[in-house]
Amino acid sequence: MPRRSFVCRCEDVTLSEVDHAIALGLHEVEELKRYTGLGTGPCQGKECISALVKLLIDKGLADPETVQPFTARPPTEPVTLGALAAGLAPDAGDGS
Amino acid sequence: MIGNTKAQAMGRRDAPLPDRVDVAIIGGGIMGLATAYHLSKNSTLRIAVIERSYLVSGASGRNGGGLRMQWGDEGNVTLMMQSIEMCRGLAQELGINLWFRQGGYLFVARSEAGERRLMRNASLHRDVGAPTRLMTGAEAREIVPQLDTDQVRLAAFNPHDGVVFPWPFVWGYAGQAVARGVVVRTHTPVQRIEVLGDGLRLHLGTGEQLDADRVLNATGAWSIELNRALGIELPNHPHRHEIMSSEPLKPFLDPLVVDLATGLYFSQSTRGEIVAGITMPDTGPAATEVDLGSSRRFLAHLGHALTQVMLITSQLRVLRQWAGPYDVSPDGDAIVGPSPGVPRLYQVCGFTGHGFMMAPAVGKIVADLLSTGKHHPMLDRWDPSRFARGTSRRREDMIIG
Repeated sequence: MPRRSFVCRCEDVTLSEVDHAIALGLHEVEELKRYTGLGTGPCQGKECISALVKLLIDKGLADPETVQPFTARPPTEPVTLGALAAGLAPDAGDGS
Repeated sequence: MIGNTKAQAMGRRDAPLPDRVDVAIIGGGIMGLATAYHLSKNSTLRIAVIERSYLVSGASGRNGGGLRMQWGDEGNVTLMMQSIEMCRGLAQELGINLWFRQGGYLFVARSEAGERRLMRNASLHRDVGAPTRLMTGAEAREIVPQLDTDQVRLAAFNPHDGVVFPWPFVWGYAGQAVARGVVVRTHTPVQRIEVLGDGLRLHLGTGEQLDADRVLNATGAWSIELNRALGIELPNHPHRHEIMSSEPLKPFLDPLVVDLATGLYFSQSTRGEIVAGITMPDTGPAATEVDLGSSRRFLAHLGHALTQVMLITSQLRVLRQWAGPYDVSPDGDAIVGPSPGVPRLYQVCGFTGHGFMMAPAVGKIVADLLSTGKHHPMLDRWDPSRFARGTSRRREDMIIG
């Protein structure tokens, strides 16, 4: 194995950082996300969540039958503020 | 304290609980953990923190991470001056990167009423020594060149205000508390509080019991159910507040900007993301339960307001949106102290959306109260009994969101 392996390439979270968090007693995907920052970058976890879950299963910390990814947040893919602003319905007011 | 203790754990679902502690803290958010940290530093009290989910699962992990001393009331300004001062050395103290950046807060007013508020505040801030300065729209544009200031009548800037990344605050307090002997038990709900002759008994979702001389209800917007089951009727209620975060950009935006005309606020975190929220038109009666749903309506309002005042954000991509609860107190003041009728149960609730920024100072204030009885002046106005006594008074009009 190379000296540094990245689990989350968006946020530069390495395998050793995840191992460190697990050693601190953090064993769930939601808390590992919030301790390491994994899955909070441009891809929003689409790439790293599987790697993280496999790590947890291999260590016996997650049950492959029941383990869930962290909560998916909208939007499904990045959307510009300009496009979102254009979607403001005329009757929705101006936010003031 | 000389040197820092290296964190060995952050709280565990299998942390062994003693039968009895001096202080049991319900809620592993920043309020409960900052209090536990200060108690463990300055007293020999036995302490346990009980969190029903994971740490950072509540409002402490959902807020925008802004810290400001620009408030409309002397007590809040002074408190936040203390809190920000404490934050300056906190990363070293807690041994964790808090991404704390003092880029200031820039308030802009586009109405006469807003202008009057900023003038009144600046005078108050000068009296208590907060370095807020008033400026024209043109001067504000020197701080944020991309900001549309055409209709701005007045702006106020305080360079000591700033932003943090909220998550590591909670981990930092937790790690240091555990290193000093605090038991932090996660994934364990408190189902019921029983009043004993000499303390309180927590009945836990795991079937365990934990007795304590005194208990803190530090569950914020989730506090109502536990209180009501004991006959404690307090008027705080949860209010859903949405927020969003963008793709990361190179640093270009120094302050957190608040537009008083719309309640829009936005900042750039040290991670590079634009983090933004806005006051939404009310959507019906006050909620009694926490609602964490996200809406497209919010993104449309936010997108409209933000692109109006920062045209360059039109091409900025939103990566994610989420919601968190404000724990709204009807007079805007927190609810801290012994509960009416159950004096061994202390409330640390009702912070109305600004609990995170106040927590570094409040954790110390509450720890001092519990360990030495020292009574910080803010505890008078935060007294949970003020509502029943009829002495509640609104002092603060700078609550954003």
